[in-house]
Amino acid sequence: MSFMPGADAEELRTHLRKFLDQHADRTRLRQQLDRDSGYDPNLWRRAADELGLAGLATPERLGGSDAGLSTLGVVFEELGRALTCAPYLATIGLATSAVRAACGAEVAAPMLAAITSGTVATLAWDGEWPSGSALRLDGTAITGIAPLVLDGNDAELLLVAARVDGGAVGLCRVEPNAAGLLRTPLVTLDTTRRMSRIDFDAVPATMLAEDAGADLDHALDIAALLLAAEQVGGAGRVLEMAVEYAQSRIQFGRPIGSFQAVKHRCADMLVDVELARSLVFHALHAADADPAAAALESALVRGFVSDAYVACAAANIQIHGGIGFTWEHDAHLYLKRAKAAQALFGSSTAARLRAAALLGVST
Amino acid sequence: MSRATEAATEAAEAFLGEHPVGPTSDQEQRGARFDAGLAIVHFDTGSGGRGWDAGEQPAVDEVFLRAGCPDWSARNVIGLGMAAPTIHAHGTEQQRRRHLRPLFTGEDIWCQLFSEPGAGSDLAALATRAVRVEGGWRVSGQKVWTTLAHVARWGLLLARTDPEQPKHRGLTYFVLDMRSAGVDVRPLRQLTGEAEFNEVYLDDVFVPDDAVLGEVGGGWQVAMTTLMNERVSLGGRPAERGSGAVGQLVAVLRQARAAGRAGDAELDRVMRLWARAEAARLTNIRAGEQLRRGTPGPEGSIAKLQMAESNNPVYDHSMELLGTQALLYRDYTETRPDFAAVHGGSGDVRYDYLRSLANSIEGGTSEVLRTVLGERVLGLPPEPRPDKDTPWASLRRS
Ligand SMILES: Cc1cc2nc3c(=O)[nH]c(=O)nc-3n(C[C@H](O)[C@H](O)[C@H](O)COP(=O)(O)OP(=O)(O)OC[C@H]3O[C@@H](n4cnc5c(N)ncnc54)[C@H](O)[C@@H]3O)c2cc1C
Repeated sequence: MSFMPGADAEELRTHLRKFLDQHADRTRLRQQLDRDSGYDPNLWRRAADELGLAGLATPERLGGSDAGLSTLGVVFEELGRALTCAPYLATIGLATSAVRAACGAEVAAPMLAAITSGTVATLAWDGEWPSGSALRLDGTAITGIAPLVLDGNDAELLLVAARVDGGAVGLCRVEPNAAGLLRTPLVTLDTTRRMSRIDFDAVPATMLAEDAGADLDHALDIAALLLAAEQVGGAGRVLEMAVEYAQSRIQFGRPIGSFQAVKHRCADMLVDVELARSLVFHALHAADADPAAAALESALVRGFVSDAYVACAAANIQIHGGIGFTWEHDAHLYLKRAKAAQALFGSSTAARLRAAALLGVST
Repeated sequence: MSRATEAATEAAEAFLGEHPVGPTSDQEQRGARFDAGLAIVHFDTGSGGRGWDAGEQPAVDEVFLRAGCPDWSARNVIGLGMAAPTIHAHGTEQQRRRHLRPLFTGEDIWCQLFSEPGAGSDLAALATRAVRVEGGWRVSGQKVWTTLAHVARWGLLLARTDPEQPKHRGLTYFVLDMRSAGVDVRPLRQLTGEAEFNEVYLDDVFVPDDAVLGEVGGGWQVAMTTLMNERVSLGGRPAERGSGAVGQLVAVLRQARAAGRAGDAELDRVMRLWARAEAARLTNIRAGEQLRRGTPGPEGSIAKLQMAESNNPVYDHSMELLGTQALLYRDYTETRPDFAAVHGGSGDVRYDYLRSLANSIEGGTSEVLRTVLGERVLGLPPEPRPDKDTPWASLRRS
């Protein structure tokens, strides 16, 4: 049996690609970058209503389709390919995974239902892993600084990983406009993905799950796997861009793609993209079958896929020559997405050393 | 596990229940396995298969390997990896019947008589001539780098039947009986010290008409089937994660760490290689599924290129981790092995390192494969090729 996505997932891909071509094209992407909000609420709602994108990780009894990680991977791949500005990684990758991993069914139900109908959500913590979050919950109020929160300003459902009275890390919820909470949008390297700093000064919080550190780390692993699928989508797109240009640009009386130096560079990009795709979909398939596999799989996948995307995005600029270095051309948007994604959930080297430890290679 | 995979595993286990390992010889057991359609499961019934999806093959192979059945993939590397799919795709009923079963049992070892001194990457330029005679053909020429020719019963032979046609069009594909008069196999020693491959001289060798595979003049199309399967086959078998070359690398790393010779920098490098090898392994599984479904995707050439580009650095780094042990070698005595373990795994990193230097040459060089990927898969414009439509006889060759 193949680990690659099945026919249903591929059908969803076709619909989604058409949808994004129509509603989230290049012009709209550029317009979005100049707005305060990181996404287009109309597009977000239509994607939730018409394609059910917001409910793909929600159980069926709450109105979702619980499609599984492989299918979600296809969606992330397409969003990465189109460079869509949307809080999907924060809402589905992080927040939904966190709620599903940490909360009991009753606590989770209203939040998952809200997400399914289009509520934007995110998870805030301070530290490398949520389980090590330096945010403090003293009594019923959270204090501290979460320096880099994905879509922190757009989030309507704000989840927080905080250390409870100096003990274990719990999952809490705060109201985004609560007194004592300050959200500051940041200038991000990747302008297609927004981040905020959130200051908590004794912000009242509701406890959702106590002793949730391990579950939240698991959620981060799931988010990292889905991010990897997004990275594959972007890498696949820059390969297409490079190939299209190499076919049409003429120098020395020949298309530049007929020169081996250019052709072989494209071939190396293809190899990186397909290898990354194999790793990612195998990992999602494995984590679907056994959630405990997510830690090792995400550690294994991250380094390779992150580095491959950066290499492909840079090669695309090189193949385009001067025009590839312009603000006007989209090549830099992909490069910045790639470079930022590489740094988002821990470095490639850190992921490799973690994989070595999990595999027992380092002992 | 899908239902089809479960059924495949069950069928293999049921077969082993009736034909346990031990009482019969390995060859007899493989014969029975072939007759039961559990040899190459996507082949037709009667030809060693059951017409199943090719994706079920690994599950079946695993059952047999786990039961302790010997693995023939290195001993009959050309037979299983290339001859079988080519004969199944292009052979007559009679040719399938004659060749597939003994090929699978290991009774017949195969070799591939493609490359020549003047035709390597540019295989279609080959000069070995086949001339029509009563009832068949007379073949003369020289082949080179012929792996396992010294133990082969049969050879896959590509020869020129019409020199006046452009190079791709005048070729015919034959199945050569290596015991024919006029076939002379001479060992060719490689840099590891041994002679896995050979030179094969063909001097007026008679080949009967029923040994033509496919159409007369249609040899290139048949050869493409062989080459496509060769790439997947050289891409590596769907072995377990972490086995093979990277398994050796990890073992060497552990020794180096125990000796205090490897820190986080080495660990990071090992994990880079490990992840790349794993990605190559998975891509080759995809390639195998695609190819056997009859829709060869880009994965075959990708997998072959990657195996080469990953295997050599893995052994290269293993050598570094060996420290001063890398200064020594086990034995350069010339031998003629009866297997070709192209991916290493001999247990001796120094030998495997040297052998891995061939990976980016055999079965298509990495340069040529990049061009194949660029042009056939990505659709990039071809380089100028003045030789393409010229009659072979007037081509410039070395
Ligand atoms: C261990 C081993 C086992 C083998 N077993 C067999 C076998 O069983 N049967 C068989 O038929 N053959 C076999 N081969 C032969 C193998 O397929 C050829 O060696 C290979 O195709 C390369 O051909 P060549 O050696 O003539 O090198 P050449 O084609 O002369 O290549 C020399 C160099 O030029 C480069 N080059 C050539 N053309 C181009 C181009 N267009 N663009 C860029 N670079 C180019 C190549 O990449 C290479 O670096 C074996 C080879 C080895 C090493």
